[in-house]
Amino acid sequence: MVDVLVIGGGNAALCAALMAREAGASVLLLEAAPREWRGGNSQHVRNLRCMHDAPQDVLIDAYPEEEYWQDLLKVTGGQTNEKLARLVIRASSNCRDWMRSHGVHFQPPLSGALHVARTNAFFMGGGKALINAYYRSAARLGVQIRYDAPVDGIELDGDTFVAARVGRERFEARSCVLAAGGFESDRAWLREAWGQVDGEWPADNFLIRGTRFNMGVPLKRLIDAGADTLGDPSQSHCVAIDARAPLYDGGICTRIDCVSLGVVVNRDGLRFYDEGEDFWPKRYAIWGRLVALQPGQIGYSIIDAKAVGRFMPPVFPGERADTLAELARKIGVEETQFVRTVEAYNAACRVGTFDHAVLDDCHTEGIDPPKTHWAQPIDRPPYYGYALRPGITFTYLSLKVDEHAAVHFGGKPSPNVFAAGEMMSGNVLGKGYTAGVGIAIGTAFGRIAGAQAAQAARALTGAYHGAA
Amino acid sequence: MEPLEALTREAAALGANSPVVGLPSGLSSGLSSLSGSEAEVARVMQICNACRYCEGYCAVFPAMTHRLEFGKNDVHFLANLCHNCGACLHACQYAPPHEFAVNVPQAMAAVRVHTYSDYAWPAALGALYKRNGLTLALASAFGLALFLVLTMLAVGTLPVSGNFYAIFPHRMLVLMFGVTFVYALVALGIGVRRFWRDQAPGAVSGTALGEATHDALTLRYLGGGHGQGCNESDDAYTLLRRRFHHLTFYGFLLCFAATCVATLYHYAFGWQAPYDYTSLPVLLGTVGGLGLLAGPIGLLGLNLNRHPLHGDANQKPMDRGFIALLLLVSASGLLLLAARDTAAMSVLLAIHLGVVMALFLTLPYGKFAHGIYRCAALLKWTVEKRNPPKLQLGNE
Repeated sequence: MVDVLVIGGGNAALCAALMAREAGASVLLLEAAPREWRGGNSQHVRNLRCMHDAPQDVLIDAYPEEEYWQDLLKVTGGQTNEKLARLVIRASSNCRDWMRSHGVHFQPPLSGALHVARTNAFFMGGGKALINAYYRSAARLGVQIRYDAPVDGIELDGDTFVAARVGRERFEARSCVLAAGGFESDRAWLREAWGQVDGEWPADNFLIRGTRFNMGVPLKRLIDAGADTLGDPSQSHCVAIDARAPLYDGGICTRIDCVSLGVVVNRDGLRFYDEGEDFWPKRYAIWGRLVALQPGQIGYSIIDAKAVGRFMPPVFPGERADTLAELARKIGVEETQFVRTVEAYNAACRVGTFDHAVLDDCHTEGIDPPKTHWAQPIDRPPYYGYALRPGITFTYLSLKVDEHAAVHFGGKPSPNVFAAGEMMSGNVLGKGYTAGVGIAIGTAFGRIAGAQAAQAARALTGAYHGAA
Repeated sequence: MEPLEALTREAAALGANSPVVGLPSGLSSGLSSLSGSEAEVARVMQICNACRYCEGYCAVFPAMTHRLEFGKNDVHFLANLCHNCGACLHACQYAPPHEFAVNVPQAMAAVRVHTYSDYAWPAALGALYKRNGLTLALASAFGLALFLVLTMLAVGTLPVSGNFYAIFPHRMLVLMFGVTFVYALVALGIGVRRFWRDQAPGAVSGTALGEATHDALTLRYLGGGHGQGCNESDDAYTLLRRRFHHLTFYGFLLCFAATCVATLYHYAFGWQAPYDYTSLPVLLGTVGGLGLLAGPIGLLGLNLNRHPLHGDANQKPMDRGFIALLLLVSASGLLLLAARDTAAMSVLLAIHLGVVMALFLTLPYGKFAHGIYRCAALLKWTVEKRNPPKLQLGNE
């Protein structure tokens, strides 16, 4: 029997495994995916939001605890736990040396991400490089790693972990860390959570930006066993991405960054939201849900030649046409209404001094919804259209934990079941998102869960010895 | 409602063969003229340009961000800027088995073979080498060695201990190797001039030249961006390739310096070979020869154990042909030195000279060309980055 069983194979799981091993525990890590798909959504991450009071290697200026907390409070609309949030924030200020000691490399922000130069430390090579470093370190330290090991059963004695099952195999351990992600890869569960709207099942048209292995089985087993949860299963981090993105693992490159430079219409050729409400990095996360609420769960970002070269290049080329009517036919939007919508928008534009770097004075008058910034007529061919679909990054439904990462049953912490990463991120991030906070939560709670699990296993071993 | 299977199929099709024409740019693309391997680089770069996670590893990715589309000249520039370190492959969230099947080092390597042959002068020799690198290198080495041995027999010269010129008169050697060396220089010069002129980056400043020289001589981009090295058989970093390459390159330079010093001795001072074991030419040649022995052996070992997804399998015969020639040069040279006072000297001399001549003859078309085109690409980059094109991509 090992001391600590870690269920999951992403950032939080690896942080837990490394900490438990460093504390002297024997550790077995069960990753559901095969080796080449290991790491879950952590394969796709790119940075860590870090508190710092002064410039620090790749981080400029300062990002004090209070500002970080206020940012978190704002994006979650108050759906957070201040004690746990501040714990994550403080941990983000001093975890990087530990990360480096396990082979993680940091770099200044990437081109196109300078707006987070002050707040976020980027992983050189991104999340997969981070994961690779942790796996190498784990192997070196003697953590046992099993791939292709999706846990389908968890045995508990009340609130106490006994064993996990993978098919016919049974793995007993003195304590357990659950870090197996949300349930966004389970289409049936998503369908159930979103329900039926106007005769459609919206979730059937969602794309999953991350791993195909987050089936939510350990989460479901814990919920069935009576673990306390928080969050609404229909809540997820959901952004508008290129409709041609692969069903899973499209990651960062499927984003479409030209929304604020043009208009967005639905299948019927109608606009449905202010495309220029705020800077795109502050708005991209609401567009997934906006598109999810449109008929057929599809939208079309429309730009003209003026926008070319002003946004991050998309992974797939857009549909291109020399007239609006031709573009409507190419993208499959109702032609007459589309042309009417764009012409009405063009006529409503009050163009002042266009400046995409500030909230400029180019806006519309007399149309609904308005476009409040960067409103320029779409009148210079060629025109381009990009189809948008909702892309789910992760789900918010979480196990309730305390500052020791202990999973709660009936309001009481379990003695040996701990959770980290997306399985508990809803404790800190009840809704909303801000860049690099998922990794901050996963790293902080992964490390806590690992240390606590090692301690719990040690306490149990001591008890056994005492009894003998 | 669009069935998910249809979306998946479409994504897989786009991933496998993403159309590279009709990109969102007002510029005329000129991409339709891309060959298969060039189109693959253009496809991969389109995906990388939308991701950019690898920007910290090397110069390829920052250079990529200066572009919205990738024409023939961009592709050859980026391909030769790539040092095939492998870091971006192991870090790639879109690497196989992902349907996007992004493999930057492999795509770049496949194009580089074409750079060496397409820009080669004369073109026919480039094409020949591309197909038969190893065979050509070895065949010419042994062919030339045999020719020299036969010449020796026909002329009926007797081996005289330590006296090379009794077998091949000094003037004959100078003529043969002088012509071969100048030929190699001219052929490479014409090739690299064509490469530079396709999308010249502008005037070369002293600082740009200095930076490119530094990056080339230190093999900066085999450091992995963090200085811990590049990837070989797995995702761990190692400095072995940089070190073995340094041994090879600086060993080669020392051997070259030995020849230059000996030439100077001969013409300026009238001092005739053979020189003493402790003389400058022999010391330089011995140290260089040892480097040129250890370096290529190490590189060959790494080459044989490289991760199967690294590089282009079609290029391996060319890589190994070059490594084999370098090894033959150093091994035969050191043997000749050791046995220069024995009866084996004349045959060893013929072999050594044949191998060296084959090396020079194949320099412009084979793996050696990587150094020339890589340096040109590094210089293009250090010039270009000081004068970046104006793109306003904004945030996120």
